[in-house]
Amino acid sequence: MATHNIKHALFSAIITLIISAPILGLDLESAGTELKLTGASTSTLVSIVLAAIVVFLFQTFRDSIMGALGQMPKLNRFADREPMPQEKRLKLENIFLIVLVAGALLWPFIASRGSVDLATLVLIYVMLALGLNVVVGLAGLLDLGYVAFYAVGAYTFALLSQYFGVSFWVALPTGALIAALFGFLLGFPVLRLRGDYLAIVTLGFGEIIRILLNNWTSLTGGPNGIGGIPDPTLFGMEFGRRVKEEGNISFHDFFGIAYDSTHKIIFLYLIALVLALVTFLIIRRLMKMPVGRSWEALREDEIAARSLGLSRTGVKLSAFTIGAFFAGFAGTVFASKQGFISPESFVFLESAIILAIVVLGGMGSQFGVILAAVAVTVLPELAREFSEYRMLIFGAAMVLMMVWRPQGLMPMRRIHIILKKQE
Amino acid sequence: MLEVRNLSMRFGGLLAVDQVSLDVQEHEIVSIIGPNGAGKTTVFNCMSGFYSPTGGQILFEGKEIQGTPDYKISRMGLVRTFQHVRLFGNMSVVENLLVAQHRHLNTNLLSGLIKTPNYREKERKSLDRAAYWLNRVGLLDLANRDAGNLAYGQQRRLEIARCMVTEPKLLMLDEPAAGLNPAETRELNQLIISLKEDYRVSVVLIEHDMSLVMEISDRINVINQGRPLASGTPEEIRRNDDVIKAYLGEA
Ligand SMILES: Nc1ncnc2c1ncn2[C@@H]1O[C@H](COP(=O)(O)OP(=O)(O)O)[C@@H](O)[C@H]1O
Ligand SMILES: [Mg+2]
Repeated sequence: MATHNIKHALFSAIITLIISAPILGLDLESAGTELKLTGASTSTLVSIVLAAIVVFLFQTFRDSIMGALGQMPKLNRFADREPMPQEKRLKLENIFLIVLVAGALLWPFIASRGSVDLATLVLIYVMLALGLNVVVGLAGLLDLGYVAFYAVGAYTFALLSQYFGVSFWVALPTGALIAALFGFLLGFPVLRLRGDYLAIVTLGFGEIIRILLNNWTSLTGGPNGIGGIPDPTLFGMEFGRRVKEEGNISFHDFFGIAYDSTHKIIFLYLIALVLALVTFLIIRRLMKMPVGRSWEALREDEIAARSLGLSRTGVKLSAFTIGAFFAGFAGTVFASKQGFISPESFVFLESAIILAIVVLGGMGSQFGVILAAVAVTVLPELAREFSEYRMLIFGAAMVLMMVWRPQGLMPMRRIHIILKKQE
Repeated sequence: MLEVRNLSMRFGGLLAVDQVSLDVQEHEIVSIIGPNGAGKTTVFNCMSGFYSPTGGQILFEGKEIQGTPDYKISRMGLVRTFQHVRLFGNMSVVENLLVAQHRHLNTNLLSGLIKTPNYREKERKSLDRAAYWLNRVGLLDLANRDAGNLAYGQQRRLEIARCMVTEPKLLMLDEPAAGLNPAETRELNQLIISLKEDYRVSVVLIEHDMSLVMEISDRINVINQGRPLASGTPEEIRRNDDVIKAYLGEA
């Protein structure tokens, strides 16, 4: 065993000791002139020492453990295969997409009410992750405050409906456009910053928006949030038991069927599905357009891109704005699904989870991101019993994933523009 | 069309470029030569807007451009290559040329999303232009390869083609022959002459190997340790005592 490994392990163990103390509830309190240690039950002390020992052992044998991890069988056996020709791959992707959508369309008629509701949430995360994928995966901008634009979309709908009685269908494009406007305005001053600085500033923006929503009580209701956000209507038909708005009729009356509250849930699910599909298709098209190529060019070699007349700020701003647009989209759907929103739904953890989805799926890869969105939202629901350890398991899973498959579940494959032979 | 007056660039205590002047007429090949570290690339970096010079002026078509952002200078028609090739390695060869034409394809997002006829037409044109230039530099057969997989000489030519699809007025080439074998160098010289003769661009060429530029340059500027040493026609440079002493003598 190399001595530097042991030295490193010792160092890590000491750090663990230091940081686990406050995390596990050890506290120094001043009692008069003396300092008293509180929260130091034997079990806490034992677990702190145990944690330090585990870290020490892991760091000492790190190389062999990581080596063993690397030997683990590959989950995706196709990963290392020769890449198939692009035409075939695109055809396969389209078939896969059609199967996926067909399955998703069938879902509400075979699954339980709760599962459909969960699936709607998954679709909202799919939209969010596809949008953030543009910013992080395609344009290479680390945005840690993405949830801000989600909040802007949701609050736009909530406020418009509360003060002006605006319906879902009007709020949907409005919310997205206002979120995009926020993206544009916030992006303008900060996109000059690079890498880490940008990450920190976006993190700040995310928090500022949340704190603003929390404290501007007269407008947003503060921590109490806004309720009574209307459901979407289908050509003027409402899904409630009783019609809320003059002149509308209800869905079940129109078709002469009994009132069933699942109609509304299914309808919302289908809307989310259509919107997620639209998001997917628009972004896929953008990737093949000049704007998509310029994101990629700037990410690959900024100096070369600038020397060809690409403006760094302009290109990054376009990605930032488009990403914010789709977050606004998702926010409107979320507000409508919940019927009630408060700043609590838009904490930093949300940004982190969306980012995790993008990284887990494979930066830039749309199918990968969809897969990861499903995994990250559904798996915790399945593991309800472990709810206390949810974040711990989530964190551990992320670490393992990144060691084992750093390029993500389905790494991005570029779609090349093919120059056909001319006669 | 381009005039550089008393250009200076200081990095902290180092005066990398000291009072260099230079002018380029339309339809002309002008070379900058000098030993390694003489400040040639720094002059380029100032001309292309990557650095903001600490002294002097750069006039392009009568307008002062020193300190203008790089992408704007490129859009005016001053386009450069790099001493160390900078391609978009993960993109295919033809896509490298499409990126460079983003301005010609500057339609709004919506028309691209719904593929209006106008958008398709522009897209087709830029592909045609890319194909034309790939053919011109002998890379048409490799159009769909990843640019990063090309041989070194091919990468050099692709970088020049990538500049040319932007339809520049003035092309700045930073040591384009570095790392090329003699046959490739001859081809390159042919290409540069043809750019001037057939496409009417002016060329500023950096070389550190002097013999190379003698045959294709209309005029040559020699700089040494950041300072201008001599300028004139290739004949004059060949006979200049200072140049012989400082430059040829050392080689
Ligand atoms: N960004 C920079 N910061 C500090 N010094 C630089 C920078 N760029 C160039 N230099 C210095 O300027 C001098 C000239 O460099 P350069 O223009 O690259 O020479 P050449 O291209 O003629 O070989 C060198 O001494 C180099 O170290
Ligand atoms: Mg140089």
